[in-house]
Amino acid sequence: MVSFRLAAVALLLASPVLAETYGIGRQTTPEELKRLDISIGPEGDELPVGRGTVKDGEALFEEKGCVFCHGEQGAGGSAPALKAEKGPEAPIWQRGRILPVRAPFATTVWDYIYRAMPLGIEGTLTADETYAITAYLLYVNKVIPESLVLDKESLPKVKMPIGKNYADLPDWKPKTPRLKGYPY
Amino acid sequence: MTSKPPVRIGIRAPTNPIEIPKTRREFFKTGATLAGGLTLASGAVLPALAEGGHDHTMAAGGHENESPMILGSAELVQYGSRSPFEKSVRIPHPAGSTASPDTFGKMFHIASPIGEFHGTITPSSLHYVATTRQSYMPEIDPAKHTLTIHGVVDRPLTWTLADLKRFPSVSRLHFLECSGNRHGPQNKNVQESHGMTSCAEWTGVLLSTLIKECGLKTSAKWFVAEGAEEVKGASSMPIAKAMDDVLVAYGMNGEAVRPQNGYPLRIVVPGFEGIFSTKYLRRIKIVDRYYMNYNDYGHLTETPTDAALRYQIGPKSIITRPSGSQTLAGPGFYEITGLAWSGGGAIKSVEVSTDGGASWKRAELKSAPQRMAHVRFSCPWNWDGKATSIMSRCTDEVGQKQPTLEQVAKYWNKPYVKGYTMPGLNNSVMPWTIAQDGRITNGLL
Repeated sequence: MVSFRLAAVALLLASPVLAETYGIGRQTTPEELKRLDISIGPEGDELPVGRGTVKDGEALFEEKGCVFCHGEQGAGGSAPALKAEKGPEAPIWQRGRILPVRAPFATTVWDYIYRAMPLGIEGTLTADETYAITAYLLYVNKVIPESLVLDKESLPKVKMPIGKNYADLPDWKPKTPRLKGYPY
Repeated sequence: MTSKPPVRIGIRAPTNPIEIPKTRREFFKTGATLAGGLTLASGAVLPALAEGGHDHTMAAGGHENESPMILGSAELVQYGSRSPFEKSVRIPHPAGSTASPDTFGKMFHIASPIGEFHGTITPSSLHYVATTRQSYMPEIDPAKHTLTIHGVVDRPLTWTLADLKRFPSVSRLHFLECSGNRHGPQNKNVQESHGMTSCAEWTGVLLSTLIKECGLKTSAKWFVAEGAEEVKGASSMPIAKAMDDVLVAYGMNGEAVRPQNGYPLRIVVPGFEGIFSTKYLRRIKIVDRYYMNYNDYGHLTETPTDAALRYQIGPKSIITRPSGSQTLAGPGFYEITGLAWSGGGAIKSVEVSTDGGASWKRAELKSAPQRMAHVRFSCPWNWDGKATSIMSRCTDEVGQKQPTLEQVAKYWNKPYVKGYTMPGLNNSVMPWTIAQDGRITNGLL
């Protein structure tokens, strides 16, 4: 028995199960990642090459059917409003849940449109079209001037009106209450 | 509460017992001699038996519990279904709506009939569903579906479903709950008030196993999980959660995850609001900062308190029977039963009050409570026939207690008035009012 056990231990030590990985799966190629990765971070590293103007965006807002759900200039439609009723003089949290106003980064707006719009034909917008529609929506909310052309360089630099006036998520740890000091 | 012996309901003592024939042949032989009016002499039934076959097409029999036989069709043989007498179904949420959250006229959220469940597991076909957009879902060919993990890792990897099933698996009971599971005075029954939570046994690979396979870099702080549906729904979550207990699930209650629940692959993020448990999972990106993509924008809040309370779910319990819209038959014995759960861990205890919250009694937990899972509780009760209200409250393993709405208002220094809305997902106590005639209604302000 003893020798069996020793043999078992020796086997275990040599066994691939104890190796760091299981060796299952294949390495993802850079080309695949480029195609798959539509998560645009605040620095805009993942943004594709392209450009769009406010004027192009205005035309596309009609052409792509955005206007049917979101209304003229993004207001008064059945889908969530894209133009704030209150202007920049109002405190940001009183201007409503308006994506091109409340989003902390202009890249969030770009990501949202490219990922999830337009309804029914999601994923069909080109990079140029997405830059243009983003520019148009930021312009109608007075976030950028009409002259600003959005591209990989200029988009992440856009200063959003919310600034840092929003809450960070809590530093989550396992087996801890959801809010320190809150008994419920 | 007086402790008179429980009154038995629904159990009838056999009257005039007769010996039950051991075989159907014997039944038909003795049938003619059974109690009055029974005629079995017609040739419609008997020929098959004369041939000695097992023909179960039978007319109403002579015994008290005799019923027509159901033909075991190919469908029933291959994939069973429930009795046609069982009618519980999911309903739109909020109740009566057809269009939530906007006006495209399609159902986005459907609630489980949790008042009619037994035990702790929600049948897959009755699990609550919340979708990003309308009641559509992608029809994904599992042979073509892959999962990729990349970002701040040593090597990005892609797996097929078959690959994922080769990894060591885990099976865990976990509840999911939609942040819209908010009970209010307008809810008529427990399905309307609490139907946006369900509990299933999920099987899959721990996300930590897959991330280790890729080699996690020390700069990793968050991960973004993304679905393959039309909007490619994405949420950012802390890497600490990924390495703790997030499950990449392909199994649900013993079979493949249902299409409405994310077929062929989803993550289950135990204890976090339901939206984080990304369905149709196709990609996980490990990142060094919060990414603010899609769903993250929806979670943006002004204060750290709101942010924290809209994340991990608090302790919550609800009496499912007796509950709203039901009627007690009369004074006597009832088993009060319900469900308790918490995003903070396992449920430690549940208490029940049958006198409007004046006194509380410890409930029995019907099974060993699992972490971030529903647990069934019960409490014996003799109703004296007087008007009252009943409610439950729970405590979880980290000491969080389920509050009344009044306690929450007091904690935040807000007046407790009709229409008071608590911050975060509503985990407050839900009272059911019982009238003298046994009718049960919503007991909220």
